[in-house]
Amino acid sequence: MVEAPALRDVQPLTLRVNGATFRVVAPASRTLLEVLREDLGLTGTKHGCELGECGACTVLIDGEPALACLVLPVQVQEREITTVEGLAGAALHPLQQAFVDHGALQCGYCTPGMLLAAKALLDRRPRPTREEIAEALSGNLCRCTGYLRIIQAVAAAAEGGHA
Amino acid sequence: MREFAVIGRPRPRPDAAARVTGRTRYAGDLTLPGQLWCRLVRSPLPHARLTRVDTASARALPGVAAILTGRDLPTRYGILPVSQDEEVLCSEKVRYVGDPVAAVAAVDEETAARAVALIQVEYVPLPAVFSIEDALRPGAEPIHPSGNLQRAVALEFGDVAAGFQAAAFVREDLFFYDGSTHLPLEEHAVLASYAPEGTLTVWSSTQTPHYLHRILSRVLQMPADRIRVIAAPAGGGFGGKSDILNHELAAAALSRVTGRPVKCVLSREEVFYAHRGRHPTVLWVRSGWTADGLITALHLRTWLDGGAYGSYGVATTYYSGALTPLTYRIPHYRFEGMRVFTNKPACGPKRGHGTPQPRFALECHMDKVAEELGLDPVDLRRRNLVAPFSTTVNWLRVTSCGLDRCVDEVVSASSFLQKHRRLPRGRGVGLALSGYLSGAGLPVYWNDLPHSQVRLAADRSGRVVLFSGAADIGQGSDAVLVSTAAEVLGLQPEEIHLVAGDTALTPVDLGSYSSRVTFMAGNATLQAAQRLRALVARGAATRLEAAAEDLVFAGGRVFVRGSPDRGLSWPEACAAAEAACGPLSASGAYTPPRLAGPYRGSGVGPSPAYSFSACVAQVAVDEATGEVRVEKVWLAHDIGRALNPLLVRGQVEGSVYMAVGEALLERQDYRGGAHCGPSMLDYKSPTVYEMPEVETLLVESVDPEGPFGAKECGQGPLLPVVPAIANAIYDAVGVRVDEVPVTPDMLLRALDRQRRGLDARVGPTVAPPASFGPLTRVPRPEGWA
Repeated sequence: MVEAPALRDVQPLTLRVNGATFRVVAPASRTLLEVLREDLGLTGTKHGCELGECGACTVLIDGEPALACLVLPVQVQEREITTVEGLAGAALHPLQQAFVDHGALQCGYCTPGMLLAAKALLDRRPRPTREEIAEALSGNLCRCTGYLRIIQAVAAAAEGGHA
Repeated sequence: MREFAVIGRPRPRPDAAARVTGRTRYAGDLTLPGQLWCRLVRSPLPHARLTRVDTASARALPGVAAILTGRDLPTRYGILPVSQDEEVLCSEKVRYVGDPVAAVAAVDEETAARAVALIQVEYVPLPAVFSIEDALRPGAEPIHPSGNLQRAVALEFGDVAAGFQAAAFVREDLFFYDGSTHLPLEEHAVLASYAPEGTLTVWSSTQTPHYLHRILSRVLQMPADRIRVIAAPAGGGFGGKSDILNHELAAAALSRVTGRPVKCVLSREEVFYAHRGRHPTVLWVRSGWTADGLITALHLRTWLDGGAYGSYGVATTYYSGALTPLTYRIPHYRFEGMRVFTNKPACGPKRGHGTPQPRFALECHMDKVAEELGLDPVDLRRRNLVAPFSTTVNWLRVTSCGLDRCVDEVVSASSFLQKHRRLPRGRGVGLALSGYLSGAGLPVYWNDLPHSQVRLAADRSGRVVLFSGAADIGQGSDAVLVSTAAEVLGLQPEEIHLVAGDTALTPVDLGSYSSRVTFMAGNATLQAAQRLRALVARGAATRLEAAAEDLVFAGGRVFVRGSPDRGLSWPEACAAAEAACGPLSASGAYTPPRLAGPYRGSGVGPSPAYSFSACVAQVAVDEATGEVRVEKVWLAHDIGRALNPLLVRGQVEGSVYMAVGEALLERQDYRGGAHCGPSMLDYKSPTVYEMPEVETLLVESVDPEGPFGAKECGQGPLLPVVPAIANAIYDAVGVRVDEVPVTPDMLLRALDRQRRGLDARVGPTVAPPASFGPLTRVPRPEGWA
């Protein structure tokens, strides 16, 4: 029988994620990334470095891209959080469809973060230039694709008038 | 030419929708009830004797379930039978900063981390070595009992001395290719679950579930049939997840001790310690030439800095010489190589496995030769190209080879001849060629079983399930396999359900490494699908009162040739066959032909087919800052046949990307054995800004043994890009940095030397000791003598 660890600084949290409200109790030291993945079971948001360096954990907070590994959930309690699970309805989001069609993913591990960074851009700039797309994705690392198809996919989604 | 319905058409991968919606479950996304978290205690010293590992206070911490140390897991292991030098947890000494000494399982990750901090380890520091020269110095502290020279090889094919004697011109050069790491976005993760009835299930981000299965059985001393390994979709591999790593074995052992599932996810820092990446390699090349630019002899020496353990390194050592004669007709060849232990994380296979370094050296060397001979780099290479369906001097069987077409395509698309030596100072173009394996001819452990096996099952609903042991690491192998089966059965790829990489359900496949899956698992799938089609044809023929050989499988139907109305839907045909034959299943297997030459070490290099690539890179050099910008890369790749051009182009672009990183940015840097920056910020990899435009030119040589004529594309296209960039830098500013990555400081030093009228070269000047041991003389294959 393993003894339970001491309760350390747990706190109740109310989080609005993808339009739903969640109430959880989690250690105060847990990042938004950990709470999303471990406490809410939303594993679509990925961890690649835990230091804000790779962009894999990008989510939207009130529509702005943020690195979930650098955010404490207590900071964002009253805000709208969007993760990759919140992008698609019955059909894929146009950005998701464009990523599929253009071969903009290989292993797919950076993809959720890329999609959300791109969504924030297109919400702000529906017809971005290539430079603007590159800038919006410049904080997201991908080791598989060489980025070119990701840029094409974002441009194509913009072209198609992303919803 | 036969028209294909699925093959050759660009189409999204069937698993893409799951990946863009966050539904793909990577190993780190999995959770089981009652799960514990594992963390490893790692050495802060590069080389030390362990005198005490005190776990008492950690064990007393509430929430800690178990702690293991080296003594608990005494079996040594290693991926290659010749180097069984690893322990799950070090028992007597540590050999690099990051070497694991203890493993903790606790109820959550925070508690596991606190327990790690409470474990007291006493070390007696030993002298440590970090360079090839220091490791080989007499009296150097041996890292392993056999000493620091792990393996030396010296092979001569033909008579190099005679070849040099016949030469009108001889040149030699020294190069250095620094180490780099795979840096997959996904940190390695494992979830192990042991059940009291004596069974163990392990989900891991592995490229090689079969090899993990074998080593788990050995290290845990459990019968293999009690162990099930499931390769979760890997979030990038590039070779880094093809070795068996400590955390996979530790988590499994902790699960057995506690009877609870145990999960371990490496931190990014730990991924740098797990490593198994590119070997830092010193290379010396000497070549002889006739006056009109034909090679008379080539002598290559390689010194590989292996890090602290063997890993795949003996194979890497042979690879650093084996594929050099693949692209050019070299009549006499001597290869000498060695791998040396140092107190750094172990090197292993990274995309191109041991061949990017000699390719860099050879292609830069050839440009220098061309200049001295007054030939252009294209011309020099064209005069020496290897011929299709020939045998190289080191006994490699070359079959299909579209290298000449690759050169034509890339030179013409890039306007190389109009640009080379003609662009304004600061901009330049460079050319390089290469070749690579479509799968290694031999497995990593000796056996005569098929390398890839596939089972197909179908039932009256029309449902087809493909069972394959191959692991998709992002390269799209799942897509290749279902497309191959779909083509044969007249279905769409989305109609083939796939069960992959699960040792309990799928027949053995050796894994996703050496660019082997398309060729080998593809061929196994092709055979299984043809056999399943024959079964279904038998049932359908009876129903349709036609001869089985007159049936056509297309568009989801089975019908009589010439009378599309006389037919059955696919489910009807399956039902007819099930009625006639019972449960429908078929299997296929692929074993590569025996191609090894008559010498020790000849198992490394042979492949059933080789891909070939040609690359032109165009760069802009900023002489004020020393920065190099790769503007565009043209890459022609002989793929045999592109089964899915969308995925092939993706592999080419990804290879170019990774090569740009190795050419200009990426370096595993250590000081005093400590990694200088084990983070994604400090380890510089290309962002969207560093990525050049890429023009991919696919050449289809239609290989006689490849599935539908296909060959590899996942690794080969990386190889020529690095030297093409180096050659382009020379074309731009007239200086040679004979070392990669070409960093701004090196380039500025070379430019400074140029301004001061010195030899405008920066790079290694002294080769390490040439103690390669006795030379083995190998007779040349027929046709060479």
